[in-house]
Amino acid sequence: MEAFAGLFGIDPFDLWFFFEVLIGGLMSGVMYALVALGFVLIFKASSVFNFSQGVMVLFAALNFVGFIELGLPIWASFILTMGVMILLAFVVERVVLRPLVNQPHISLFMATIGIAIFLEGFGELIWGSNIKPLEVGIPDDVVFMGDAMIQQADLFAAAVASVLVLVLALFFHYTRIGRALRAVADDHQAALSVGIPLNTIWVIVWSVAGFVALVAGIMWGSKLGVQFSLAILALKALPVLILGGFTSIPGAIIGGLIIGAGEKLAEVYVGQMLGGAIEEWFAYIVALAFLVFRPQGLFGEKIIERV
Amino acid sequence: MFYREAGQFKTSYAADQQLLPIPMDRVFVIAVVLIAIFVVPVVGSQYWLESILLPVLILSIAALGLNILTGYCGQLSLGTGGFMAAGAYMSYKIATNMPEFMPVWVPILGGGLFAASIGVIFGLPSLRIKGFYLAVATLAAQFFLLWLFQKVPWFVNYSISGVPSAPPETILGFYVTGASASPEAKYLFVLAFVIVLALLARNMVRSRIGRSWMAIRDMDIAAELIGIKPLQTKLTAFAISSFYCGVAGALWSFCYINTVEPTAFDIERSFQVLFMIIVGGLGSVLGSFFGAAFIFLLPILLNNVPGWFGLQLATDVVSHLEFMVFGAAIIFFLIVEPHGLARLWQIAKEKLRLWPFPH
Repeated sequence: MEAFAGLFGIDPFDLWFFFEVLIGGLMSGVMYALVALGFVLIFKASSVFNFSQGVMVLFAALNFVGFIELGLPIWASFILTMGVMILLAFVVERVVLRPLVNQPHISLFMATIGIAIFLEGFGELIWGSNIKPLEVGIPDDVVFMGDAMIQQADLFAAAVASVLVLVLALFFHYTRIGRALRAVADDHQAALSVGIPLNTIWVIVWSVAGFVALVAGIMWGSKLGVQFSLAILALKALPVLILGGFTSIPGAIIGGLIIGAGEKLAEVYVGQMLGGAIEEWFAYIVALAFLVFRPQGLFGEKIIERV
Repeated sequence: MFYREAGQFKTSYAADQQLLPIPMDRVFVIAVVLIAIFVVPVVGSQYWLESILLPVLILSIAALGLNILTGYCGQLSLGTGGFMAAGAYMSYKIATNMPEFMPVWVPILGGGLFAASIGVIFGLPSLRIKGFYLAVATLAAQFFLLWLFQKVPWFVNYSISGVPSAPPETILGFYVTGASASPEAKYLFVLAFVIVLALLARNMVRSRIGRSWMAIRDMDIAAELIGIKPLQTKLTAFAISSFYCGVAGALWSFCYINTVEPTAFDIERSFQVLFMIIVGGLGSVLGSFFGAAFIFLLPILLNNVPGWFGLQLATDVVSHLEFMVFGAAIIFFLIVEPHGLARLWQIAKEKLRLWPFPH
């Protein structure tokens, strides 16, 4: 037992420690889920795989921090940043999506890579590329649950994510726009034929995705500081999507939790045997394995098509 | 007026099927190749040879590889950097452990073959998935491979720093790799690979195998119905594409940066090569070269242009502008000219056919 603990540097039978790692992982999973949520929204409404969602998180956070640094109060910065994200949605729809209508999905996907690169440069050109700390009054103490140490900020993020999902669910189910969005997601042609304007819907859904990106950006930003690596971290949302399915909001959440917890546990319990830092690729390999056996994800719609 | 395709009659099948059926094209291409071999190393300055032509040529090979996979076979890959790293590390391993008498191109090709086998493994999911699903699968290759080469010291001969310098190798007594080689020798060494691989690629895409790639790209189900095996076709595309990327990675390490290091092959590299083929032209051999030159030279241009107008921009501003221009260029090309610079070249040739008359 002792020798075992010495070998790994940790005691593999310490349940409290396991619990702590698990909670930490689940919490970072919430963060991935927040980014994945934005992907799912856009994919559902326009079958565009929005690669730039990760950079939108960074861009929103950069704007938010930038406005705060200009001396604006937090609520004003939030509203202003939301304005910027809505403007972005308009521009993207007009400049990128509309001319590429009816093009192969893969072209649109590559176009969103272009958006990602552009936004990255644009955001940092305006606001600078140094790491900015973000303080919005999120508590940063730790609480103890038994012997396990839990960051309060993580709990806060989890609470925010739950509220966000709830709000989105209500929005999708009980508002006129939400119903229109679901109609478009279900069948473009049918939605058009009953008079739902596709272009407006796209602007709205990109704005909603911008809103999700802003919330995710604030969460990530106050945890790690607003910096370029947020965009790379947000790439982890891709395996989350594969796991959860591209079209399922609950899938994005559960996929995020599984990936977050899985990679933390793998890093702590298996990583040291392999030389560490397996967190970098663990999520992708899990997604790869998933793709081979269940390509539609846990909750995605099964597309019956032989490749 | 001067460039004419009319009035050229072929009298044999061989003449009709040759690589460049129009004599003018043929003369032009041969002239370009001869100039590249004999004139450029003589007149080119060290800066041009070593800092511009060398990386552009090496990246052209990588772009060619990705173009085979993405442009011709329709399988999007974001793992180019990983496959390049596979080539670089395996070449290093072979080069430092092979007997003295073996020529230098053996480790380079060995690295390419290793990358090809890795490409096949990561290409396996492509049989069940496509599009952006595959993009995520190849991201796994990118992150996993880089991690592997950093963490397994066997690949770098247990070097303590983990970043060994490229072994100096010779051909006919001239150093062609490593820091001590002259820029001319490196340039010619790389150029030899470029010529052979480009010729190979050009012939592959107009042969049975290239046609089956394109059939899979255009409609996989229809291709399967007319008897093209998706398994073999996709995996050969992955293998050959990764082979090209592996050779490019090996040359990048051996001839350009002179060290074998993981940061040279990170995800930024994968995106860079992807941008090259989008801008240059998806499904075009020539486009790979245009794209590589455009994407590699644009930042250099952006760095210099403000200086010509007496403007002094901070380096970080320039690098941000660079991102913006790349992003805008990609969107622009996808919307306005999906076939990229290669198509613009074709249009220019069509215009030249009539010039100086309007029609």
